[in-house]
Amino acid sequence: MSETKPLPVVDFLKIPEDGNPYLEGFRCKKCASIYLGERNVCSKCFARDEMEVIKLTETGTLHSYAIVFRSFPGIDVPYISAIVDLDGGGTIKGNLINIDPDPDKIEFNMPVKITYGDALGRKDTEGNSYLSYFFEPA
Amino acid sequence: MSDVYVMGVDMIKFGRFPDRSVPNIGAEAALMALDDAGLGIQDMQALYCGNLGQANAMVGQRILQEIGQTGMPVVNVANACATGATAFREAWMSIKAGMYDVVLAVGVEQMGKGLLGGAGGGEGIPKEGLLGSGTMPCVFAEAGMEHTKEYGTTFEQFAKISVKNHHHSTMNPKAMYQIETPLDEVMNAEMISYPNTKLMCSVNVDGSAAAVLVSEKKAKELGMARAVKVRASALASDPYTDRDLVMPDVNACTRLAAKDAYEQAGIGPEDVNLVELHDCFATAEMLHYENLGLCKDGEAGKMIDEGHVELGGKVPVNVSGGLLSKGHPLGATGIANIYEVCTHLRGEAGNRQVEGAKIGMTHVIGLGTACGIHILEKTN
Ligand SMILES: [Zn+2]
Repeated sequence: MSETKPLPVVDFLKIPEDGNPYLEGFRCKKCASIYLGERNVCSKCFARDEMEVIKLTETGTLHSYAIVFRSFPGIDVPYISAIVDLDGGGTIKGNLINIDPDPDKIEFNMPVKITYGDALGRKDTEGNSYLSYFFEPA
Repeated sequence: MSDVYVMGVDMIKFGRFPDRSVPNIGAEAALMALDDAGLGIQDMQALYCGNLGQANAMVGQRILQEIGQTGMPVVNVANACATGATAFREAWMSIKAGMYDVVLAVGVEQMGKGLLGGAGGGEGIPKEGLLGSGTMPCVFAEAGMEHTKEYGTTFEQFAKISVKNHHHSTMNPKAMYQIETPLDEVMNAEMISYPNTKLMCSVNVDGSAAAVLVSEKKAKELGMARAVKVRASALASDPYTDRDLVMPDVNACTRLAAKDAYEQAGIGPEDVNLVELHDCFATAEMLHYENLGLCKDGEAGKMIDEGHVELGGKVPVNVSGGLLSKGHPLGATGIANIYEVCTHLRGEAGNRQVEGAKIGMTHVIGLGTACGIHILEKTN
């Protein structure tokens, strides 16, 4: 196991050999619904085998959030759990960083962008590092 | 198809019973419901048993091993927080189908302490606190904040719901807690996931509830005096919504089930005299005022501000104390709220009685997602 090349935190985070990491979506050619992770059938319009692979956009707006003050043991708090609507379609959830975890500072619909970075130092049982995605104010 | 009646219904006082088994806790409510109906286990033609924690462990059969093994068919049901309501509905359907005249539904749960939920898990590294939070207080905080975004709903308005339900529970001896929690105490309690403080999260407790359901023929034979008519039984799963991959949609699923329930009953929200709804978090209750049509979209904050949902108000909500104070033993909750509504329709709710209650509604929703709604009516 290589210690230098991190693994993706989720399957839909892609790390090309050459080039920048990105998030991958599956879009239904019939109804344009966007899914995270590979699938063959659209749960909105029921079309089969009409999925195309797309790169998700890296900008979006804050749809909703919560500020987490109590989590499971060992998880650093507080942090902002954010739901972001991507400009090119699709919605993803993640940590919103580089902004105070304070409702007076966080605005709904504020523009955010996706950044990539080490998964807060977390490693799996084999010692592998992981690359994660985060949101930050754009 | 025969109308279906609740002939017996009861719940144990919710609490923490770490030294008892799940079937033992369930058996207690089963016997209470049988007594309430004036029937014995030998009169039951089938058992529908709801439990989540031991969903693969034949809890229904083990209940019968404690109270009477007649050989009746037993179905064990698991459907997240709609488990109890689903067991009740299966029992209802079996009578509707003409299969049986007398059946028993039991919901039971033994809970641990602490946070429910979690993000992802599975392979690799833990995702909690890395890709947001999958804890239930956070998931429902995010759902509540959608309402804030849309309508400007405030932390204080969410907190008032908890004040109300804790106040209601002081009149319910079967609630886990009977303690007033003034607004400043709710708002200053430990913040779990903004805007839900600790006092705005449901209480993890152990508990059980049970109901004896009968056909119209059997109800007439036994006497209608305390019978409660089931006017509607609706169950929905989550329809496709744009964000539901990352944000479980408790709204669309509830609206779907509510529409079905009102149509079955041939009534509207204005006909409902009391509601026991799924206040797993204070933020959730706010959403369901609108989802159940108790008010127009955007008016939920006004419902709590103007006291319409308090005991004595236009449509009292969670006069039992709700999941926030009565407690939330997942598999039992759906039948416990049917017990509460039936108790009011029977005029037996003591000092928390909703005066003149003729029609009541129960609602539960489990993420994943399952929503169960029942409409119940006084018979005399
Ligand atoms: Zn489609």
